[in-house]
Amino acid sequence: MIPGLIRRAWLPLLVLGLLAAAPFIGFGAGHALTLLARAMIMALAAVSLWLLVGGAGLVSLGHAAMLGIGAYAVVALDAARITEAAVVVPVAMLAAAGFALLTGAVAIRTSGVHFIMITLAFGQMAFFTAGSLTIYGGDDGYTLYGRSLVAGQRWAEDRLGFHYLCLGLLVAALLGGRVLLASRFGRVLRAARENPERVRALGFSLYPYRLAAYAIAGALAGLAGVLLANAAEFVAPSFLAWQRSGDLLFMVILGGLGSLHGALLGAIAFVLLEEGLSHLTEHWRLIFGPLLVLSVLHLRGGLAGVPGQMAGLLRRAGRPPHA
Amino acid sequence: MSLGLFLVQALNGLQFGVLLFLVAAGLTLVFGVMDCINLAHGVQYMLGAYCGASLAALAGSFWAGLALALPATLACGLVLEWLVFRHLYERDHLSQVLATFGVILFLNQAVKAIWGTAPLQMAAPEALSGGITLLPGLQYPVYRLAILAAGLATAGLLWLLVERTRIGALVRAGASNAPMVAALGVDIRRLFMLVFGFGAMLAGFAGVMAAPILSVEPGMGDGVLILAFVVIVIGGIGSVRGAFIAALLVGLVETLGRSLMPDLLRLVMAASPARQAGAAIGSMLVYAVMALVLAVKPRGLFPVRA
Repeated sequence: MIPGLIRRAWLPLLVLGLLAAAPFIGFGAGHALTLLARAMIMALAAVSLWLLVGGAGLVSLGHAAMLGIGAYAVVALDAARITEAAVVVPVAMLAAAGFALLTGAVAIRTSGVHFIMITLAFGQMAFFTAGSLTIYGGDDGYTLYGRSLVAGQRWAEDRLGFHYLCLGLLVAALLGGRVLLASRFGRVLRAARENPERVRALGFSLYPYRLAAYAIAGALAGLAGVLLANAAEFVAPSFLAWQRSGDLLFMVILGGLGSLHGALLGAIAFVLLEEGLSHLTEHWRLIFGPLLVLSVLHLRGGLAGVPGQMAGLLRRAGRPPHA
Repeated sequence: MSLGLFLVQALNGLQFGVLLFLVAAGLTLVFGVMDCINLAHGVQYMLGAYCGASLAALAGSFWAGLALALPATLACGLVLEWLVFRHLYERDHLSQVLATFGVILFLNQAVKAIWGTAPLQMAAPEALSGGITLLPGLQYPVYRLAILAAGLATAGLLWLLVERTRIGALVRAGASNAPMVAALGVDIRRLFMLVFGFGAMLAGFAGVMAAPILSVEPGMGDGVLILAFVVIVIGGIGSVRGAFIAALLVGLVETLGRSLMPDLLRLVMAASPARQAGAAIGSMLVYAVMALVLAVKPRGLFPVRA
């Protein structure tokens, strides 16, 4: 089983291994670790969105709202001087899941384009609400008094500790996501993505399955929001802007919808690309935008599909003509 | 709240509604005929405003700016169609969302690179400056009324074009069954291109009209785009009539909600929390209306496709 796993998933395993080794192979400096933490948090959020898009076939353009609600839960508790992670994390995840349940109850009644639009609309609702919270700084955002405490310890303050905390949660989310997709629940979701009529004909009611998936993805994004707030020690309504939802969707597609670890690859590539280009020029989006268009038009299997395509090319190149 | 102020806000709402309609009309046609989500439609509105403002400054007159901005936005729409959208018609909605999102990133940044991040100003035309008296002691700017009139006139022309001409019949047929129209020998690609370019020009027209009353700045199209999506989803995708009614509804709800909500809440709350909660509820109101409509009629008020 182990050699098979390595053959099928060498790329994500390599990426996770590099992330684990990063502090010891020359990326231990403050700036590099901050960047990697951001990449891992975005990967966690992208995994949660992948469960919806790749798993359940629900294309949400409002996922940044879930992330933002997790982050604003940290803010609300911080303002009340509650910073213990054992309280903050469940509250944030429940808040995000609750928002997902409420909005999903309406959104999941629709499908296709309408679902994209209505999730976008709910995301904007959350965005405007965050901007009007003057007790938490309104549009200017809110600076945290400090990072969350883990069991009373200032563990998350330590850069290395935070790095491995993010990595651990990311690995847990990837494994948990795999288990979820392989379960009966996940199989119903995936089957409904391919052919909803047939699944209905088998006697399943899709609504509760999709709503549960929406809430689970929301809770996971809420967790990513807690980490994001801690990483930046600052939260602003811009965390919930619809452009952030677009970014998340791009990460998922860039990585590829073929398998869950595509979200990991896409998010890491996205954050590193963004960083690299922004060093190159102030107007880096002039390059980034066309890259996005080109990757959508030509990179159909996403990054996760690249090893398979390369293997196919090599096989074809190695084969004698007319064989 | 006095009657006069309510009247002013209602007129502002209607005027915002017709601007939204001009943007949403192109969007709903592109969406309905080609089954293609175009997030970059809001950018056309922004380009219209920028072209109008800078060309008007160059030529020294609002009318010259308007006359030059229309072909400029039309050309821009056609180039975008040729470069990007043509390759997206056959793809799923997810690809369309992402590719057009890339176009937004590029064009928003391009506008920053060309014109800078500072807002541009555009003067209203001389003939339409000043105000007229609505009620004793209450002035309303003529230019805003002119926007309302121009928007309604465009809506009327669009209705004639779509309902009473051959090309309009093709567009309507395309919205309800594009493969059948193609099978009947219509060059559907050319029809798509025409609709796309025309939609881009309408959005550009809305941008030029709005430029003198709003600040012309990068990203100004994004907010309008999202409201235009709300409009076409409420109105029913592909329906111009639905877009018109929904645009006026959204314009009114948005404007009146933002201005009246704080006052309404003050009846039951203290002044300061009422102002905050009112602003929040006011800006959320259109989305609540949309959720309500979709909860009752998931395909919008005037669904086109059976």
